Amino acid sequence: MTKENKARAYWKENIKYVLILLAIWFLVSYGAGILFKDELNTIKIAGFKLGFWFAQQGAMYVFVILIFVYVRLMNKLDKKYGYDA
Amino acid sequence: MHSLLIAAIAVQDWTYILVGITFALYIGIAIWSRANSTKDFYVAGGGVSPWANGMATAADWMSAASFISMAGIISFAGYDGAVYLMGWTGGYVLLALLLAPYLRKFGKFTVPDFIGDRYYSNAARIVAVICALLVSFTYVAGQMRGVGIVFSRFLEVDINSGVIIGMFIVLFYAVLGGMKGITYTQVAQYCVLIFAFMVPAIFISIQMTGNPIPQFGFGGELADGSGTYLLDKLDGLSKELGFAEYTEGSKSTIDVFAITLALMIGTAGLPHVIVRFFTVKRVRDARKSAGIALLLIVLLYTTAPAVAVFARTNMIETVSDKPYTSMPEWFKKWETTGLISFEDKNEDGKIQYLADGKHNELTVDRDIMVLANPEIAKLPNWVIALVAAGGLAAALSTAAGLLLVISASVSHDLIKKVIKPSISEKGELVAARLSAVGAVVVAGYYGIHPPGFVAAVVALAFGLAAASFFPAIILGIFYKRMNKEGAVAGMVVGIISMLLYMIKYKLGWFDDTLPDKSEWWFGISPEGFGAVAMLLNFIVSITIMKFTKAPPKEVQDIVENIRIPSGAGEAINH
Repeated sequence: MTKENKARAYWKENIKYVLILLAIWFLVSYGAGILFKDELNTIKIAGFKLGFWFAQQGAMYVFVILIFVYVRLMNKLDKKYGYDA
Repeated sequence: MHSLLIAAIAVQDWTYILVGITFALYIGIAIWSRANSTKDFYVAGGGVSPWANGMATAADWMSAASFISMAGIISFAGYDGAVYLMGWTGGYVLLALLLAPYLRKFGKFTVPDFIGDRYYSNAARIVAVICALLVSFTYVAGQMRGVGIVFSRFLEVDINSGVIIGMFIVLFYAVLGGMKGITYTQVAQYCVLIFAFMVPAIFISIQMTGNPIPQFGFGGELADGSGTYLLDKLDGLSKELGFAEYTEGSKSTIDVFAITLALMIGTAGLPHVIVRFFTVKRVRDARKSAGIALLLIVLLYTTAPAVAVFARTNMIETVSDKPYTSMPEWFKKWETTGLISFEDKNEDGKIQYLADGKHNELTVDRDIMVLANPEIAKLPNWVIALVAAGGLAAALSTAAGLLLVISASVSHDLIKKVIKPSISEKGELVAARLSAVGAVVVAGYYGIHPPGFVAAVVALAFGLAAASFFPAIILGIFYKRMNKEGAVAGMVVGIISMLLYMIKYKLGWFDDTLPDKSEWWFGISPEGFGAVAMLLNFIVSITIMKFTKAPPKEVQDIVENIRIPSGAGEAINH
């Protein structure tokens, strides 16, 4: 693989990860916490209505997980392409 | 009476002790971590570990507003408070995935550095400097005010003296240590503020629900054995008094959407947050420290809505329909500060707390929810004092981060890059220290004489960051063909539209009276307009770019280079 091709392939995989993770980011916050909160509020877990829980708790937990997943994925990707030096 | 007096003195003493110890700690750290070069001063030498940077970023980020006001705002807004919770955390996902790694690889000192180099123009650099100064000054005034308020409420000095004491402390470690001093004091400040926030929250959670974890406690059953869920009880109480159900909120869906988006994008575009990622060693450290920062922030941000529910339920139960004469000591104490006030409109001697303004007799400042919470819950004196030390840590750490951005904008972006490129390293360091002094003085001035539009200030800072930096940086990384014409036009349109909307619909300076909500564009409030201004920036940038020529080859090579993580070590040694 030439240097340019390698860089391009790396970038493409990175963009794929970013798009997937941002889709989840959007779904838990704008989806579950805002747009569909009324529907989700009909479901109750302990004292929490589910839409309310996503808006004030759940979305934030998922945000943290998303970043650490990205960290892991990218560390692996860096290694695969030899960019970890 | 005698025992009350002793209790009151003890809180004071505790406050002096705890505030004194933490201040001594900050000063000690500042002396130990003096800056010797511009690289030390701007980016702490570039070798900060991911954990230290994560803690520093969290303290930098969580301001007096997060610590003192946020839980209170949520307790009055109910569900709607989610705009702050998600808005002020979700931006870190954008930072970690879209900005931090690339800006670290780029490896300069400031955000205008990136804008100026990527868009190969000093015009772009100067627009970026203006944005950075506008955003940071609007934000820092509030922090100095916050320092003053904490001092005045806990140590009975007046607000202005409090501001001045705060100025000297910040001056000392920001000027001496620059980013290096700030980083390590922020690490200490994070520890102080998170401890101070969590201890009362855990105590109260145990009292009210029997669960030591506040995040679970507020979804649990009440500890009184009634088998009722706390949130159901609060929904019921709110309805009884004529408020919206706590878990439902009252803002429109589109406005909640827009505000959340504006705050998230604004977070990712705030220069004092972005520069923190210039301080780590490698690209992978930038990603990791964004994750650590968010984890540490979320610890407080998921606790705040629990505190909000505890405090609101507690307060309603203590005051609603109870005789004024039976009010506990904290009520009287906070009455004298004006944070809580009672007017017996129907003269029945009881407190009616109602949504209907005509019959409501109680006015409560939202800050009381955190400041007085330990007293309301009858916690020990040292816990009450701890809250003061925590509030000061939150305000000082954010103020210092902002002051550094301001001083770097002046000494590095303006003096070194535009006005006098021949300045020596030593000269630039002196300039950086002098501009830090200047910035502290200006911030202190606005802390003592807060501008009349304080309420608009935070929304404005986020709106401006969202409308200017975020699109310019994102396009600069992900769109190789983006050129200076597009980026500059986009930033200018973004800032101006944001300012105009804010002036018209938040400050009402264009009309005789503030225009009604029904006139808002698409029902979007000034707080949420940053999302629209950001879109305008993107549209204008891309359109103008299509009609102008592509950036030069060297610039396109910079873009290729920042997309690859290896070799970030050399980039900093430019």
